Amino acid sequence: MDALASLAHGFAVALEPTKLMFAAIGVLLGTAVGVLPGIGPALTVALLLPVTFKLDPTGSLIMFAGIYYGGMYGGSTTAILINAPGESASVATAIEGNKMAKAGRGGPALATAAIGSFVAGTIATAGLAFLAPWLVQIAVNFGPWDYFGLMVLAFVTVSATFGDSPLRGLTSLTMGLALGLIGIDKLTGQSRLTFGVPELLDGVEVTTLAVGLFAVGEALFVASRFKHDPEEVVPIRGSLWMTKEDWKRSWGPWLRGTLYGFPIGALPAGGAEIPTFLSYVTERKLSKHPEEFGQGAIEGVAGPEAANNASAAGTLVPLLTLGLPTSATAAIMLAGFQQYGLNPGPLLFAENPGLVWGLVASLFIANAMLLVLNLPLIGLWVRLLAIPQPWLYAGILVFAAMGTVAAKPSVVEIGMLFVFGFIGLLMRRWDYPIAPMVVGLILGPMAEAQLRRSLQLSLGDPMVFLENPGSATLLGIAALCLIAPFVMRNLNRFKASED
Amino acid sequence: MKPQALRGRPDWRALTVGIGLIAIAAIIERDAGQQTITATYGMGPAAMPHVVSVMLAVLGIGHLITAFLGGLPVPDEGDPIAVGWIALGLASLLGCIAFGGGFILATTLLFALTARAFGRRALFADLAIGLALGVAIHLLFAKILTLSLPAGPIERLF
Repeated sequence: MDALASLAHGFAVALEPTKLMFAAIGVLLGTAVGVLPGIGPALTVALLLPVTFKLDPTGSLIMFAGIYYGGMYGGSTTAILINAPGESASVATAIEGNKMAKAGRGGPALATAAIGSFVAGTIATAGLAFLAPWLVQIAVNFGPWDYFGLMVLAFVTVSATFGDSPLRGLTSLTMGLALGLIGIDKLTGQSRLTFGVPELLDGVEVTTLAVGLFAVGEALFVASRFKHDPEEVVPIRGSLWMTKEDWKRSWGPWLRGTLYGFPIGALPAGGAEIPTFLSYVTERKLSKHPEEFGQGAIEGVAGPEAANNASAAGTLVPLLTLGLPTSATAAIMLAGFQQYGLNPGPLLFAENPGLVWGLVASLFIANAMLLVLNLPLIGLWVRLLAIPQPWLYAGILVFAAMGTVAAKPSVVEIGMLFVFGFIGLLMRRWDYPIAPMVVGLILGPMAEAQLRRSLQLSLGDPMVFLENPGSATLLGIAALCLIAPFVMRNLNRFKASED
Repeated sequence: MKPQALRGRPDWRALTVGIGLIAIAAIIERDAGQQTITATYGMGPAAMPHVVSVMLAVLGIGHLITAFLGGLPVPDEGDPIAVGWIALGLASLLGCIAFGGGFILATTLLFALTARAFGRRALFADLAIGLALGVAIHLLFAKILTLSLPAGPIERLF
């Protein structure tokens, strides 16, 4: 019952008035950016990093986590009301939810998404609280080779296994790894790929890459197709409340979605696409009204939304216990930890339990706040969708410029923002995934450090990775995951027919 | 996404990406070759660049093969003029930071030009909104967060 005592301690931290304030700001911001098309939690946290540099670390991290959770809630609103899934994990919600909204059942669709997110988020956060201490016990015994194996596995799964194209995913990842090489090598002081530019000696900031790819890239992309593809908001008609029938049809999908979402999110596999997709397929099979699927079935909103939120909480398991980010948002949150000189992992649980457990406890609080924010106040958020697109994207770019300039007011930095923005545009147009590049940039240098430490300990013998059962298993799974997409072409074909 | 490019003619997108990746691999390899510090034992600072450049080269060849086997997904038609307006906005941001125009002026121009890219024609209204936004951010940073943004003529008025 170690976890309960730690969690109680965490609640003592998270219930301090200032921490509650940070959590409230976080969920408000998170819901807003989730609702607004074009900005997500990863970008928002990236923009806030330079601003929060001088603030209290625990409070800022609580705020970041609130943004992460809030983005998930807000994203479903956008998916239901304008059929524009902000991320691939809301595709299923967009299919069924938007049909429901068009049929005048937008209220219940939003309600089942919000309550399902709350149920899933709460269960999954409890899972995180009980799984984390146990995983930390295991991770204490990890050698650098085990960490290297884990990181290689994360690289492969994030980029190759679950995307549409392993070639494009791996290209995105490897470009991230290449960007991670830029700067001074920490072990020897050798400068790499700096081309005599002093600003590059510190390396490429994760913030600059994320802001360039997500904010500037998205703005360019939406502008490039603005004339062809205007978006339309479906007004909410009828009751917001779910009927008895709606409840009866929702609770099963919520729980099953959670069961898919949390474990898959907690594995170093990355992405919420798989659990939401599995949940959607399962609900369609189990439903007593299979004919409604594709026409606005409430199960098709309830299950995937729960899976989406549960996997968001699951992603925090490897992030907090191993320091391993498996999504773009988690990668930026890791950068958030690093800006305060904190490294998530077993050591952080031992050295700073107040911060870690305060963060976990704040997730429960954030979930409760989000339920209140999203059910009675949904009308308020919907009004955000009425902001004209020109001002919305102009504002996004202004805040992107602010974040970058505040972090490093140099011409080189703005130039990089410019270049990354256009790379982001091309990647969107040519269908390259963006998250692997961000993960590659932040995880690449860490993987290199673990690799070199392993080889120093083994006196240069590369067999150390195969002689240790942990790293051998992880690298074996990574190899399988690299081959899997070529074997599982059927899954992809199935996915394509869903759209 | 629309169906992939027609067979028969190589896809120029995949060709471009492939050649680009191989070029980057060559640059990384060249940079690693010019390193002056070597590790006394274990892996030196040149090892990881070698690994990355080999991966890039392999992916580049993969793209070249793809170019002849269907190519990349063909994107929907784009609007280069709208992209151009945003590029102009970003360029004026760069110019303001490089030549001491200050953050508020940069914000004003970036806001108005981006709004133009999305079809707005009310240039003066948008300039005013951008200016107000810039002043608000400047005051937030300078007075509340005590962080400084690049200063120019407008910032000196406060």
